Amino acid sequence: MKKIYLDYASSTPVDERVLDFAKGLLTDNFGNPTTLHSYGLRAKKAVEDAREKVAELINASGDDKIIFTSGATEANNLAILGCALRNISKGKKLAASAIEHISVFNPMKSLSKQGFEFNIIPVDNTGIVKMAVLKEGLGKDTVVTSIMYANNEIGTIEPIKEISQMVHKKGFYLHVDATAAAGKIPIDVQKDDIDLVTLSSSDLYGPQGAGALYIRKGVKVQSVMLGGGQEKGLRSGTENVFAIAGMGEAARIANEEMEEESKRLRKIRDRLIEEILKIDEAYLTGHPDQRLPHHASFRFSRIEGESILLNMDMAHQIQISTGSACSSKTLEASHVLLAIGLKHEEAHGSMVITLGHSNDSEQVPAVVDAVRETVERLRKLSPL
Amino acid sequence: MADIGYSDKVLDHFMKPRNVGTIENPDGYGKVGNPVCGDLMEMYIKVKDGKITDIKFKTFGCGSAIATSSMITEMVKGMEIEEALKVTRGDVADELDGLPPQKMHCSNLAADALHEAIKDYKKRRQNG
Repeated sequence: MKKIYLDYASSTPVDERVLDFAKGLLTDNFGNPTTLHSYGLRAKKAVEDAREKVAELINASGDDKIIFTSGATEANNLAILGCALRNISKGKKLAASAIEHISVFNPMKSLSKQGFEFNIIPVDNTGIVKMAVLKEGLGKDTVVTSIMYANNEIGTIEPIKEISQMVHKKGFYLHVDATAAAGKIPIDVQKDDIDLVTLSSSDLYGPQGAGALYIRKGVKVQSVMLGGGQEKGLRSGTENVFAIAGMGEAARIANEEMEEESKRLRKIRDRLIEEILKIDEAYLTGHPDQRLPHHASFRFSRIEGESILLNMDMAHQIQISTGSACSSKTLEASHVLLAIGLKHEEAHGSMVITLGHSNDSEQVPAVVDAVRETVERLRKLSPL
Repeated sequence: MADIGYSDKVLDHFMKPRNVGTIENPDGYGKVGNPVCGDLMEMYIKVKDGKITDIKFKTFGCGSAIATSSMITEMVKGMEIEEALKVTRGDVADELDGLPPQKMHCSNLAADALHEAIKDYKKRRQNG
């Protein structure tokens, strides 16, 4: 049986072209970008080239900053902690949507112990931020508002342009976690008027271990990592040159191929949704239209998501994801699924499919059959 | 056990659960858990001469909830009910070559469901 990987939102493989481009940096051109000899200069050039390519993916202008980090979690931490603490004189209020990643929530929670106030903005049952509540929740002392471009669990794309207008009218800086959206839909920081953007390499077919924070010109951020002052003083520590160069090349490829690839995946995705929703008591989660083109998310009543994941993997060699509590370390139900109004028992039965390079339309029947078999088998075991 | 997932035994019981189903007119019935928390187990037993002659279960829950339910039915089938009452969650987890730490509560549920079914059997005998 052939494996069918449907969990691209968790991690992407490194694109062969990316690997070919960057692997020399691990072996031959292994220099430290801070050093001045030729090895160092080659490494430095690799990092600077990557910076330009990442900037192009989100249409950043030459005066803006791209700061490389170890990944999206670190970029989110730098954005929230670094921007809030550096601009503390402007105010001590923070806002975030209820479906942000935990690496946005936890820095905000940490700041709330240092006297900041932290306001969670609810979303509607499709996952779209409630604009009226956002408007009410923002004040002239709201220094950082964080709203993701699109959600990884339910695929919903937020109206970022509208949100940025409101944030800039009433508060200060808008941080957008674009980890799930980048490379899937076009992101234009100038058109959308965004101050801070988080990006991740391993969601773009780049290597794990690199991410980036975009910082708009004029937005002041202080460092979280202290040391040798790399990355314009904002991220000390020797650069992960291989992963950064890989991320740059991955961003270049994504920028070039996104339109066509998203169109291709959307077709497969639409068929999967259509077929899977024919299963009894199967429901789509997230927004029906305003959703990432490679993303399909469901819930099934009377069964549990970790069991779905295991059965799909073991019986069918198909890898999916779930927001079920039982699959998490904390055994807590997904805050995203609860935020869109699902009851705990409903959130337990979730299944998330995210498509990518290796998927094609010929896989659709096998996937649908596997989902159907899994749901039927687990329902036979279920007393509900 | 290293926290890297389920043992082969857990996966085997998850994929091929033993003694799934219900028993009509059981001698004892136990139900524990709550779908809100993500797991619900039902255990049915038949008892003859103080021994568990048949046992069936139905479980809504994660892989380890299903595997522990299946495992415990295999362990106690044919066992004296007083012995079966002594089966602990630790015994079930051990038989499965261990469970990830955060999943130990699932083995608790399986033992609880069995004990509830035996208690129900005893109560019925007293009343009957």
